[in-house]
Amino acid sequence: MRWLIDNFSTVVDYSKTHLYLALLPLLIGLLIAVPVGTAIRNVRWLRRITLTLASIAFTIPSLALFVTIPQLFGLKTLDPLNVVIALSVYATALLIRAVPEALDSVPDNVIDASTAVGFTPLRRALTVELPLALPVMIANIRVIAVTNISLVSVGSLIGIGGLGVLFKQGYDRDYPDQIVAGIIAIVVLALALDLILYLIGRFLTPWTRTSTSNSSKVPAVLSAEGEPV
Amino acid sequence: MSIFTGAWDFIVDPGNWSGDTGIGTRILQHLWYSVLAVALSAVIAVPIGLLIGHLRRGEIVVVSLVNALRSLPTLGLLTFLVLLMGLGVMPPILALVILGIPPLLAGTYAGIASVDRGVVEAARAMGMTELQILFRVEIPNALPLILGGLRNATLQVIATATVAAYVNLGGLGRYIFDGLALYKYDRVVVGAILVAVVALVVDGLLALVVWASVPGTGRLRRTPDLARL
Repeated sequence: MRWLIDNFSTVVDYSKTHLYLALLPLLIGLLIAVPVGTAIRNVRWLRRITLTLASIAFTIPSLALFVTIPQLFGLKTLDPLNVVIALSVYATALLIRAVPEALDSVPDNVIDASTAVGFTPLRRALTVELPLALPVMIANIRVIAVTNISLVSVGSLIGIGGLGVLFKQGYDRDYPDQIVAGIIAIVVLALALDLILYLIGRFLTPWTRTSTSNSSKVPAVLSAEGEPV
Repeated sequence: MSIFTGAWDFIVDPGNWSGDTGIGTRILQHLWYSVLAVALSAVIAVPIGLLIGHLRRGEIVVVSLVNALRSLPTLGLLTFLVLLMGLGVMPPILALVILGIPPLLAGTYAGIASVDRGVVEAARAMGMTELQILFRVEIPNALPLILGGLRNATLQVIATATVAAYVNLGGLGRYIFDGLALYKYDRVVVGAILVAVVALVVDGLLALVVWASVPGTGRLRRTPDLARL
């Protein structure tokens, strides 16, 4: 704990890099997966192919991606972009599976009703289906955000910044205090981010608060998958 | 692209497969760490998930425990445990066990809790004891989700076991870290490819097991029941 207090400003600096490296891929993943996931939902063969590709991408270890991407894209090994690309691949792979599932959770009669009152498919997707899919989406986004925060630290092994640097330095210098500081900072970042996303979800979906609280449904946070590290 | 052809040449050379530091040994070491870690995670996570799922209360405990454990960075734990306990097999295994618990706990809990309440009540009304309900009704119905959790945990552990090589252990991560240290990037790619292939193969096998475990399909029945024909 001493190290954390004495070097607080350093830890804050690393935390900023860390957050940036964890959140940018999540945004990229959302930008790709939401339109693609919505488009492929009703085309069965396209959906199956996308899901298979996504699960294959999902099995590649992050360290393996971190070191292979520079060779594929002609980047320098130390370029932080490597981590961003690798984590974007994971986030997209997870979200592209989650978006159709979240859309499936929208009741059919609601979709029929909006079609019946004359919504075009695009307008229906934007104003009815996507908003109603939010609870399941947010649950998946929370899991991805938390695992991304923990994954970025692996990037320090190939020399990229963020809080993982504290692990590498602490290990090289045989100084556990520094490692503990890194662990505390990462857990705090992850749990704070999780709480913020949870609150955003509650704010965006006010109708879920009044629904049956004692049903035996399992919270989506538990059924969502994590990422390979 | 020469890095990939270099890596390919290394993998297909039979001379690189045998011996104490050959690819064969590295794969076995990697699988051994992974199996040990997943087995220990299961011993801890499955009973807790069964208990909380059966009692159908304490959901908040599971959600917060799973979230908190997910946010713990494996690399931080690993380096910290090595400084605390010294080099050896135990620190990486412990770090991997903690990684494997959240998906197994979430899968087991979600599986048991999602069994139709009416089915459980019917079993209770027929006079089954709580243990009989758990083992003959809840577990068989929850098996696909429990094994899904096992599949997730295994995938994450295999991918992350690569990091064990950072603290001087064997496994496929050796190629990645040795390659990075020597600036031999084709060797790094060898490690990346082999880990991805091992992860894919094991994940495929477990997907088959999950498929076979779906209740009511008879996929797990060993021989056709002749007496009933």
